[in-house]
Amino acid sequence: MSAANSAHSVVEPSGYAKLIAGSLVAFYALISLVPLVWIGLTSIKTPTDSIHYPPKVIPFVEFQPSIEGYCNLFSTRSRQTTEYIQSLPPPQGACETITRARGMVVAGPSNYVPRYINSLIIAFGSTFLSIALGTAAAYAFSRFKVPLKDDLMFFILSTRMMPPIAVAIPIFLMYRELGLSDTRLGMILLYTSVNVSLAVWLLKGFIDEIPREYEEAAMIDGYTRLQAFRKVVLPQAVTGIVATAIFCLIFAWNEYAFAVLLTSGAAQTAPPFIPIIIGEGGQDWPAVAAGTVLFLVPILIFTVLLRQHLLRGITFGAVRK
Amino acid sequence: MTSHTDPAGLGSAPPSRNTASAPRVQTGLSDRAIAWLFIGPTMALLLAINLFPLLWTIFLSFTNYRANRPNAPLRNVGFDHYVAILNDPDIWLRMQATAHFVFWTILLQTVIGFALAYLVDRKFRGHGFWTTLILVPMMLSPAVVGNFWTFLYQPQIGLFNYVVGFLGGIPPGSFQMLGDVTLSPWAIIIVDTWMWTPYVMLICLAGLRSIPDYIYEAAEVDRASNIRQFVSITLPMCLPFIMLAVLFRGIENFKMFDMVNLLTAGGPGSTTELASITLKRAAFEAWRTGYSSAFAIILFVAVFGLANIYVKTLNKVKAR
Amino acid sequence: MKKFMFAAALAASTMLGSASSALAQGKTITLCWAAWDPANALVELSKDFTAKTGINMKFEFVPWPNFADRMLNELNSKGRLCDLMIGDSQWIGGSAENKHYVKLNDFFAKEGIKISDFLPATVEAYSTWPKGSTNYYALPAMGDALGWTYRKDWFGRPELQAEFRQKHGRELAPPKTWTELKQIAEFFQNREIDGKKVYGAAIYTERGSEGITMGATAALYSWGFRYENPQKPYQMQGFVNSPDAIEALDFYKSLFKCCTPPGYTNAYMQEGLDAFKSGQVALQMNWFAFFPGLFKDPNVGGDKIGFFVNPAQKAEGSTLGGQGISVVSYSQNQPEALAYIKWFADPEVQKKWWALGGYSCHKAVLNDPNFAKSAPFAADFLKAMGNVKDFWQEPSYAQLLQAMQRRLHDFVVADRGTAKEALDSLVQDWTKVFKEDGKI
Repeated sequence: MSAANSAHSVVEPSGYAKLIAGSLVAFYALISLVPLVWIGLTSIKTPTDSIHYPPKVIPFVEFQPSIEGYCNLFSTRSRQTTEYIQSLPPPQGACETITRARGMVVAGPSNYVPRYINSLIIAFGSTFLSIALGTAAAYAFSRFKVPLKDDLMFFILSTRMMPPIAVAIPIFLMYRELGLSDTRLGMILLYTSVNVSLAVWLLKGFIDEIPREYEEAAMIDGYTRLQAFRKVVLPQAVTGIVATAIFCLIFAWNEYAFAVLLTSGAAQTAPPFIPIIIGEGGQDWPAVAAGTVLFLVPILIFTVLLRQHLLRGITFGAVRK
Repeated sequence: MTSHTDPAGLGSAPPSRNTASAPRVQTGLSDRAIAWLFIGPTMALLLAINLFPLLWTIFLSFTNYRANRPNAPLRNVGFDHYVAILNDPDIWLRMQATAHFVFWTILLQTVIGFALAYLVDRKFRGHGFWTTLILVPMMLSPAVVGNFWTFLYQPQIGLFNYVVGFLGGIPPGSFQMLGDVTLSPWAIIIVDTWMWTPYVMLICLAGLRSIPDYIYEAAEVDRASNIRQFVSITLPMCLPFIMLAVLFRGIENFKMFDMVNLLTAGGPGSTTELASITLKRAAFEAWRTGYSSAFAIILFVAVFGLANIYVKTLNKVKAR
Repeated sequence: MKKFMFAAALAASTMLGSASSALAQGKTITLCWAAWDPANALVELSKDFTAKTGINMKFEFVPWPNFADRMLNELNSKGRLCDLMIGDSQWIGGSAENKHYVKLNDFFAKEGIKISDFLPATVEAYSTWPKGSTNYYALPAMGDALGWTYRKDWFGRPELQAEFRQKHGRELAPPKTWTELKQIAEFFQNREIDGKKVYGAAIYTERGSEGITMGATAALYSWGFRYENPQKPYQMQGFVNSPDAIEALDFYKSLFKCCTPPGYTNAYMQEGLDAFKSGQVALQMNWFAFFPGLFKDPNVGGDKIGFFVNPAQKAEGSTLGGQGISVVSYSQNQPEALAYIKWFADPEVQKKWWALGGYSCHKAVLNDPNFAKSAPFAADFLKAMGNVKDFWQEPSYAQLLQAMQRRLHDFVVADRGTAKEALDSLVQDWTKVFKEDGKI
């Protein structure tokens, strides 16, 4: 981009510069999406197609889409002899037909659904708690003189500097004593304690932006402080609360280290489970991809909803747009 | 710290011009009570699940405790673990691997992220749409998506090897991203950069947008060249933002566990064994709880110390 | 007549069993094991248990690379996820000493389960702690050892046979020694077969859990490897790093360097299966547990696959796999879990277990004169189980394993140091662990 192109202000670049910039950005975006597109494509391949060399790219042309990955995601299968399979009642549904055609029988459901449900309960539960605690604390930090305010705020933030593995050591021991190991409650409390720091920092920023005069006017009109908080501040902060909630949700949804160390089944979430989905013998890549796709969809939707607030969220409100 | 002991319980009300009229109409809880009521539960939770465990970790780090032998006699070993860790050449190799990872990821992400932000700031048509697309990788679970990279990196069938082989004109099976001592550190750097460059871009973008137009306009009047404007206005005014991005990424990558654990599990040999992976092995595989507590404290102090020094520098830059 | 009496007694006891478990109708118990072929066969088998007792079965299967980590974590956290655990043989020491598993002696006595009905080698390996005692913490559930598969169809090609004969002066047949094995692997490495490039052997090189140790010990045992001085426990110097051990480890590395598929740097059982099933390799090292599935494989099974026991070099020896089934002491469904073990110990159930693809350790199955002919790998299995050797089963086994994983992978895959240095360091690492444990 030569200087000649911007005879006038840089603030409004020339059309030529825009074209180049636009193409480069689009190019990067497309490249960076290739792995994700590949996950999507793999999820609709048969296991054989998924490991074919050279890679098969275009559906219907280079390979026939198949629901086998999704079938395998939801079931466990066992290889049996033809005689044994023939002795069984006829297959029910498309998935069982595919399985039988591979010389296997459906032994039972897989654990994907329970893990997904755990993810939902733990993510939403901890988000709700973090927001409830965080809103209250943020309001107090924003409006009242709290002794040692800066130190408390820093303490809240510093809890995020511990490597998760380091935190997990004493939590493991503590939960063992309290019987909270591998329980949803334990995971909700843990994720809440991690998320509440984000919630306090973000929400304090949002609440700081709401003029005090509104509540004060309400209080003159006879509201108590609590009523003013509920009826004046909360409605004003709703956008901020929703944005914060989505951030908490995404963290809890994506979290891996705590989940892999502190849960084994009853409360295990999807992230530690998806990488270990295996088929007969080897890793069943279409099933892993299918599990990944179903797991990523909610986050993709949230990302689009959140884009206005992303910056604030990922920097703890240190940078505001 | 000013701690109010106003008998009327109004002392902590904000010193605003309406305070005087408040007492007449206010009923219910005092502000002070509300403040504690609102902060209390959060603090209680953090004390129980953050501070108490931290203190416990410190205590354990001076003992020979093993979580898999809860009934063995507890012995005070003083600073033995700390001395052993700091004198262990293997640990320093792990630290080197971590530093290598942190340094290169930050460098690449900052350069690419800033360049992207600069391009996006040209405000071409559809820049909002493309920005949102670019942001997608960082919103996804590093474990779930990172895991999929083991598939992309397969030497025989992986897409990455296929594309690189195709472009470079070499057989895709001729190099192994995850199994090669020289390539595997780069394999994890590539994935991390792919995931987190958007993060740096976003922060840099905020920095670029915070620069008021009139400064550029003044530069135009002075007939400063584009390059000169970039060097003397854009970069310095963006620097605090870039430094903030570096801080956040630095802390996160120092703690890196999930993605690397799934991609290489520290291999080949111990080439990509970052500090967190060593810690996990000591704590949850070998069950040397006391030893790993000491290691955890060392890591925590290191992150905390480096971050503090860095923040001080950052504040100096900001103040300039 | 005797047989009839036995059957009648059995029927009576199962009826009693179902009567007592009528209380438990509709209850669900969870069984934890590794995610692999035999586990899926067990799901199929367990349908009979549910039909008989009304107790529902849930399963938690974790892939091998994560299995030990996850399940030992579960046991150490006193978790109640698993009522039944089919835990790996090396866990028995720690699980017995820390009381994760219920001691089964009284239960066996009360229910008339005779541990002598099971192959002594499996009882010793999967059930007892301390070793050689009669304290039982598990019922042998799945016998297993490390063996090899080869492409019988490739070995049978006349042109390849001729070429091999010319080159090595002997038939292209399953190897008797590691030297022969390597010659065969070299023979196939980078060869074009049916227009596809193939490779010599798939062997274990995995870093994260136990892969490379299990693979390299297969070579070490064949060179007569010992973990300690038989006269003086825990004295490892001169045994772990004996000249033979060094030679064996060097050999394993040379096999890795010459004859594995590209990118074979972090491979365990799954990668081996992938390589073999996709027709990439002529030889594959893997657990017998997978052989029934491989034999049934539509692409490489049947006539195309052959099996052989881990070849000897200076001694005979096979790496031990396999597991016993235990009741977890934190379980709240112990009566139902015990009912499962009782059901599982039944000879008829054990026969079906073998038929579905599980390796029974029951003499009723193994001593059956038709057993050796019941599958092409059955005779090899018996032979392998006759001279199995296992890794340390000490409570500190995980730490010992971690050290070995690291030293081996550093040497074999990452090319650091020599075999002697690797094994010398290993002796030091292990000595440190045993010192910390107060054993030396």
